[in-house]
Formats: sequence, C-alpha cells, structure tokens
Amino acid sequence: MADKNSFLLRIITPERLFYENQVEMVEFNTTEGEIGVLPGHVPMTVIVKPGILDITEPEGDKVAALHAGFAEILPERVTILAEIIEWPEEIDMERAKAAKERAEERLRSKTVETDVARAETALLRAVARIQVLR
Amino acid sequence: MASMRDIKRRKSSIQGTQQITKAMKLVSTVKLQRARVNAERSREYFNCMYDTVNSILKRVGHVEHKFLTSGASAKKAVIVITGNRGLAGGYNSNVEKLVTRHPEWKKEDLAVYTIGSKGRDTFLRNGYEVRECNNDIVESPVYHDAMMISQELLKSYAEGEIGEIYLAYTAFKNTVSHVPTLLKLLPVEVSGEADRGESGATAIMNFEPEDVEALDMIIPKYVTSLIYGALMEAVASENGARMQAMDNATSNAEEIISDLTLKYNRARQGSITQELTEIIAGAEAIG
Repeated sequence: MADKNSFLLRIITPERLFYENQVEMVEFNTTEGEIGVLPGHVPMTVIVKPGILDITEPEGDKVAALHAGFAEILPERVTILAEIIEWPEEIDMERAKAAKERAEERLRSKTVETDVARAETALLRAVARIQVLR
Repeated sequence: MASMRDIKRRKSSIQGTQQITKAMKLVSTVKLQRARVNAERSREYFNCMYDTVNSILKRVGHVEHKFLTSGASAKKAVIVITGNRGLAGGYNSNVEKLVTRHPEWKKEDLAVYTIGSKGRDTFLRNGYEVRECNNDIVESPVYHDAMMISQELLKSYAEGEIGEIYLAYTAFKNTVSHVPTLLKLLPVEVSGEADRGESGATAIMNFEPEDVEALDMIIPKYVTSLIYGALMEAVASENGARMQAMDNATSNAEEIISDLTLKYNRARQGSITQELTEIIAGAEAIG
C-alpha cells in the first residue's frame, strides 16, 4: 500500500471524516501561496486560505472547496484539519454568486466601519465555490 | 389504614408519572444515540488538533507569546456548559459545583459565560457576573456556535480584560459515566507528557508562515475546537444523565406501585372481612 508514488491524505472536519485515501498529489491555497504536495514532502505546517483543493488520485482527479483550517504535511501523510470544506455537489451556485456580489459591493462602497478583512474572506470563499463548480 | 379510595387514587397518579418518565427515557435514549455519534465524530478532529498543537508547542519551546503567557488581568473567564432543562439527575449541578466550590476561585474574579439556561439561573442567583447567555445552542450545537464564543473570548483576552480562560463541561466517557471536567483553555499549557515516540514529535517541522504567526492563527482554531468538542460531549452527557435519571424514576415508580397494590388488596380484603362479620352478626341477632 505504501508505495513511493502515493501518500495518505486525511481531511477531517469537526463534523465528519471528509476524505481518507491514498493519493498521488494534493494542491491547495495557503496564506503563503498555492502549494502542491507530492509524496516525500518535507514536514511542514501551513495555514489554509480559501481556494480549490485538488486531489490527484491514481484513478483520477477530485476537487473540493476548502475554506479554512490548517494542514500538517509529513513525508508519508498529509492531514488537513478543515473547518469548512465542501464537495462540488454540496455547493449552491446561486448562493455563492449572491455572496460574491454582496462581498464585492461591500468592498466597493467601503466606509470606515466596513470590515475589509471579512469582506475579502467572504469574496475569496465565494470565488472558490464558483471555481470548483466550473 | 388509608381508605381504599385514597390508595387507588395515589396509585393511578403514580402510574401517570411513570408513563411520563418512561416516555422521557425513550426520548433521551434516542437523542443520546444521535449525540453520541456526533461526539465521537468530533473527537477525531479534536484529538488531531490537540496532537498538532502540542507538537508545535513542544518544538517552539517557551516562546513569548500572548496565548502562552498569562494575561495581566486577574479576571478569569469560565465557560459553563449546562442543559436548558432539569430532570437529569445531578447533571447540571455537578458542573456548576466545579465553579462554585473551586477552592481557589473568588466570586469577584470570575466572569461566567453560561451556555444553557440552568447554569445561567444558578450563577445569577448566586450573584456571579454572568455574560452572554446563548442558551439555544445546547440543543444542537454546530461549529459556528463554538466559533462565535471563542472569537468573543479571544477578543477580551487580547484586550487584556481577562487573564485566563477555563471551560467547565461534562465529559462523556460512556453511557453510564459522565465526568464533570474543568479545562484550562488559555494560556495554553504545554503538557509535560513524554513524547509518544510517534512520527509527529520526532520530525523537524517547518512552518509557513513563521512559528509565532502560525500560533496566532492556529490557537484560535484550537480553542474553538475545544469548545466545540466540549459542547458535543456535554449534549451527549446530558441525554445520558437524563436517561439514567428517568430509568431510576421509572423503576422507583414501579416499586411504589407494587407496594400500593399490596396495600390496596389488603384494604379490600379487610373491608370484605368486616362486611362479612357485620352481616353474620346481624343475621345472628335476628335469628
């Protein structure tokens, strides 16, 4: 099972074990930029930024919208502790679009009271959702 | 001896109570099963989180960080998770006692954040400073609820208004054993336990971003996950405690009913005997 071309990916959310399988590669967005993890990566802990999670399994690709959490990367194992993560079929396109517009609107007409960081995160989330569906 | 009618009335009233307790037991059994599954699912996330944070802290060592050193304020925040309803044996009062009977804590130093109306009532009655009561979330907590609470607390902590954060809840060991637990959330204490020799502790971990920045982001998540885990366990414990209490109540009712049945039959027999004696006596007097 533990051949050199794959590693164990576990994605855990507070509600459930989201995903657990041997995979060849996983890509996602972190606070420091996008990363792609292959087997035998140096040990690293990274913080997740909203974006697409791209899993390359031997049989094909899988995508999900990953919004918050952090990941522990070890050479033979990657654990993503995700606060919010969704498969494409769980996303409501209309809602994501509405959220995107709302966030953009808030950023455009920003005043002193606008919570810019929050609006930006909301925008990133909405964009990630929409991209995953495409 | 009480009259037959009195005994009969009492018996039927207890039978009514027994039906209610039986129904409540069934309801909490079902709720317990669901809560238990949820608690077990969240435990994995929590354990993973705990291990990760621990291994990070071990490597970072005693770094000067606001989440690792006690705040200047003497004020302690305690999150107390109780139920919204009673009839669960000692479930609510056991958690409250952790706080009210704590040997070192003084009432003035505490700010109690209650989740669950039973706890709120007790602490208000005893003159504690009670803040933000969101009682509805105990029914079916979601992760977002825990996030709101932890954000609010971390804000007060960062502003230096509170110096320490504790969490009082009932840990769910199994269906019959629930342990009231007091947990220190912040400042985070690095557990002294020896490395378990597993991969995590020995590997040299890199951080992106740097250690301190990473802690800034991971520790709030850690606090949230602890609160969430505690909520899940508390819900399971509450239903477990209620199930047990109602089971006891049902069997007590059964006992009283059988006692009363005996008394009733005795009284009935007694009255028949008396009637007979009276009739015979009457017949003899005529004859």
